[in-house]
Amino acid sequence: MSNNHTKERVCAVIGASHAGVNFAFSLRKEGWEGDIVLFDKDPVLPYHRPPLSKAYLTSEDGIEKNLLKSAESYEKENISLNLGVSISSINREDKILYLSDGRVQNYDKLVIATGARPIIPPIPGIDTAANTYPLRTAGDVENIRHAFHASSNKRIIIIGGGYIGLETAASLKKLGGTVTVLEREERILARVTAPEMSNFFMQLHTQNGVDVLTNKNVVAINNTAGVNIVTCEDGSKFEADIIVVGVGIRVNLELAKDAGLHIENGIAVDETACTNDKDIYAIGDCTFHYNPHYKRHVRLESVQNAVDQAKVAAAAICEKHPVYNTMPWFWSDQYDIKLQMVGLSEGYNNILIREEESEGVKFSIWYFKDDTLLAVDAINNAKAYVLGTKFIKGNNKIDKSKLADPSVLFKPANLLAE
Amino acid sequence: MAKITFITTDDKTITLEGTSGSVMQLAVDNSVPGIDGDCGGVCSCATCHVHVAPEHIEKTGAASEIEEDMLDLNDYSNERSRLCCQLEISEALDGLVLQVAESD
Repeated sequence: MSNNHTKERVCAVIGASHAGVNFAFSLRKEGWEGDIVLFDKDPVLPYHRPPLSKAYLTSEDGIEKNLLKSAESYEKENISLNLGVSISSINREDKILYLSDGRVQNYDKLVIATGARPIIPPIPGIDTAANTYPLRTAGDVENIRHAFHASSNKRIIIIGGGYIGLETAASLKKLGGTVTVLEREERILARVTAPEMSNFFMQLHTQNGVDVLTNKNVVAINNTAGVNIVTCEDGSKFEADIIVVGVGIRVNLELAKDAGLHIENGIAVDETACTNDKDIYAIGDCTFHYNPHYKRHVRLESVQNAVDQAKVAAAAICEKHPVYNTMPWFWSDQYDIKLQMVGLSEGYNNILIREEESEGVKFSIWYFKDDTLLAVDAINNAKAYVLGTKFIKGNNKIDKSKLADPSVLFKPANLLAE
Repeated sequence: MAKITFITTDDKTITLEGTSGSVMQLAVDNSVPGIDGDCGGVCSCATCHVHVAPEHIEKTGAASEIEEDMLDLNDYSNERSRLCCQLEISEALDGLVLQVAESD
């Protein structure tokens, strides 16, 4: 399809990770013939983020094995990639971006895909702690790998028992580290899963030789000749050669906010990923958007949302009138366990656990609000994941007693309520 | 070095040469329509679904359990379905023909 009127136009994209890069390629595919100019402050060719705490951390691979697109793909699609450059401000009136290196970039359409940055909690001593890193970028992984290989004792403290912390724990354990996870809440993954799933991961890590300690609020870090003493509120102390901080993210909103765009719990966008400025879209982790299935506004930290909003924004800019209506999904890999999640469990009031009659670990947790299925967490059980996806999307009523019975085969017809 | 041919859902034929990595990555790097590989190749998203040409099943072997399960309820899956992130490029795949599966 030809979009001749787009030929002389410029679409600028701030942020070249999953959202920004997928957007750029989707925009070309939708027929945009003008310039596409991507900016990111990360100097590394855009890469897949989820493997950073998983397979990539344990491998010796360079980032070239983990790229979103090859360097040639950008040339082939005539997408201009400007790395190691950040944007200082957006002038909406004149449609100009001011770059940190003093250059300016005009735009006809702008896409904000600025994502998020790791929270570094204000723990006294964290600034001067030795070998202390977050894990969000390829550069962070380089630092952690380097510190790990240079350390003789390899004692690692991970602050935060969320997915990043736990995946990193599993990876560094696999590499031969002595790993302890310190979680502030009374259980790990408290924000995102049922207590039963928290218990499962707690046991999994314990079995694999990682200490996971809860109710451990870190209050001080003292660096003594390159060894950190990590002190918790209860007085317990831990020695650490390396500290990985995984306590969540903060959305990169400043550019949008300074430009006067509407902000809520993220950059507010409509069902086409458009902000309150009709020429500015926002996509990915930084957005606060409406989910039609759950009938509420959400902010999601996921590849799925980044990619799906990218496609919607590209289609919208090429005037194809798409509507964002997708089911959130996530995954995590730790040791030999594959967790696949679909839906949003927030607001559930009852769960059902189905254990399969197979060798090895294989089960799923089904989150309901009364009789409405909200979400499924599947452990080594892709069948449960795809079936859950189908049931949630279809608003199907499920026969819970049949679902809980592993002798009832995982077929949609077997499990629907009469 | 292996030559791999993709037939897209609108019947375009794209032949690519690869030496290493997954067939999905080869397709993504060359913008083969319908192969997205959103999860980066860990069998989590099923956006790299292909049908292996009937005469080439021996080249690729059968789908693993997780691939079968991920495609269990897919309207476009058949006994020759694979997630091509799980196909590692090697000389054994030279000449392989893959039909990109439709998606909902």
